[in-house]
Amino acid sequence: MSDAHNYTSDENPYLPKPARIIRTLPQILDHQLFQIRFEKEEMINNFTYRPGQFVMLSVIGTGEAPFSISSSPTRPGIIELCVRRIGHVTNALFKLPPNAPVGIRGPYGNGFPLDKLEGNNLLLVAGGLGMAPLRSLLRYALDNRSKFKDVILMYGARNPDDMLFKYELLELIEQPDVKCLLTVDTDNSGMWKAHVGVVTTLFDHAEIDPNNTYAAICGPEIMFKYVLEELLKRNFSKNRILMSLERNMQCGVGKCGHCMVGYKYTCLDGPIFNYWDAINLPEMV
Amino acid sequence: MKIITLPKENFAEFVGHLCSFGEIHAPIKRGDRSFVFAPVKDASEIELDCVRTILPLKKYFFRPMEVMFNFCAGEGYEIPSEVTDKRIVVFGAHPCDIHGLNILDMVFNGRYVDTYYLARKSKAAIIGLDCIPDDLCFCRSTRTDFVDTGFDLFLSDIGDKYLVRVGTSLGDDMVRAAESLFYEVQKEDRDAYKRKSIERRESFKTEIQLQDLPGIMDLEYESQVWQDVGETCLSCGTCSMVCPTCYCYSVFDELDLDGSSGRRKRRWDCCLFKDYALVAGGHNFRAKRSSRVKNRYFHKQRGFVSLYGRPSCVGCGRCKAQCPSGIDIVDVITKLRSETRV
Repeated sequence: MSDAHNYTSDENPYLPKPARIIRTLPQILDHQLFQIRFEKEEMINNFTYRPGQFVMLSVIGTGEAPFSISSSPTRPGIIELCVRRIGHVTNALFKLPPNAPVGIRGPYGNGFPLDKLEGNNLLLVAGGLGMAPLRSLLRYALDNRSKFKDVILMYGARNPDDMLFKYELLELIEQPDVKCLLTVDTDNSGMWKAHVGVVTTLFDHAEIDPNNTYAAICGPEIMFKYVLEELLKRNFSKNRILMSLERNMQCGVGKCGHCMVGYKYTCLDGPIFNYWDAINLPEMV
Repeated sequence: MKIITLPKENFAEFVGHLCSFGEIHAPIKRGDRSFVFAPVKDASEIELDCVRTILPLKKYFFRPMEVMFNFCAGEGYEIPSEVTDKRIVVFGAHPCDIHGLNILDMVFNGRYVDTYYLARKSKAAIIGLDCIPDDLCFCRSTRTDFVDTGFDLFLSDIGDKYLVRVGTSLGDDMVRAAESLFYEVQKEDRDAYKRKSIERRESFKTEIQLQDLPGIMDLEYESQVWQDVGETCLSCGTCSMVCPTCYCYSVFDELDLDGSSGRRKRRWDCCLFKDYALVAGGHNFRAKRSSRVKNRYFHKQRGFVSLYGRPSCVGCGRCKAQCPSGIDIVDVITKLRSETRV
């Protein structure tokens, strides 16, 4: 149709950029934190993102999958991905030798609306692997502490051995500028010093003003349900409840169709949706 | 717009001139009653009366399967050196076909540009041709029975000549390469065109009301119709393959036997396939066939409107022509509408 145009590789949005796994930190069974750095200096310097965004990670020879970023843009240079070994790509990822090359492209998705969150209290509610994207927001808030009022984290895991980022979160319990509430469903070790019970029981331990607070939730479907109930009971407006959603994604850039829900692409319009938008999308919640 | 005429006796010679603009692809006969877009050497092979080809034009630009990258253990991912340098001239694209391409243009452009699609599209010339609708066509209802953009040339049959609309500079080049074959539009040509246009409009046998459909789809989200269609649908994906505007694809890596090099490929996918919304760990967001069927209709008629300001159905009738269990989109929508009226 139009005049021929020479497309250069820079414009190909699907091209994974060379990167390397520089460190792997075991978390819990089948979960690892991968620290990844781009190979090229300019990528290291220019790559920035918002908490809540994700990247597409390629394991050469196996495939590509989306992962939310667990690190904070306030600590540039390294991207941290908290990964559960669960599928084709993650199985291969866990088998990679130290310093293995991988491909990264992104960041994609909307991320948390930081401009709206600033000046408010932050209530982060996570369950299980849901801590992965919220850890980025938590780190960001703590590194920009003056921009936020109260920062409250509620995180529930099945038992102490299932808690991600356990040691760094346990340290936060002592920290005065954040209220870190950790809970486990059951504790057989007898060593657990924090709370026991489902995550919603933590609401009894925090004062929350729904008018000056944004809640960010991420976790299993059943947790969403009960936390939403709790927040609505406390008169949260639906647009002050933010949720990070998971869908099958194969392109990350709004083309392949897989993450389409109703009339939104999870990869472009999400993965962070406020609850009002989410209930207006068929099949979303 | 520059408008001229091409007498039918000059048609074959004009097609001959088109070779210098690329390989000519036009509808030819495949089976007894089926047609495909395929390369042609001269005008006599072209089936001018073809109503619809099996596959739409997307096959040229959004390939059924293609290599996105070559990869190698040490070197990472590389874009295949040529996506394509081959120029093609697509002749015989109907208004719905061109609308279909215009919709794909919107999808593959945007914030992230799909370089594979656009590289191919930029090397193709599109020559449109008017058509007479059959029973399956409902492009009048989808407002895609007429097209005013997305072609280089567009030919309308006005009796013993074609009225030719010149849409682009490239179209103008094609005309000028065979300038002596074309004539200025006369009054009788204008009259003939308008007469034909009315004839064509009146020849539509299928009509459905679509303008208020997004609202009705929200209202009928829990309708029994979706269960019923879900029972009939085979999840075979044929409707998506033949749809001019279905653009979903899946991505997969193919490893060579050496274990270190291979290709990342993509191929057409379909939201009716069972694993379409499956995520790692085994959760399937649309495990039921009825929910997948509903999603497909929602995307075309409701979701796409919110995303791009228009439905993505162009009324070509391919899905119902090819559905092995006879699902008819017009029928589904009619049922959905009448259910609302009760």
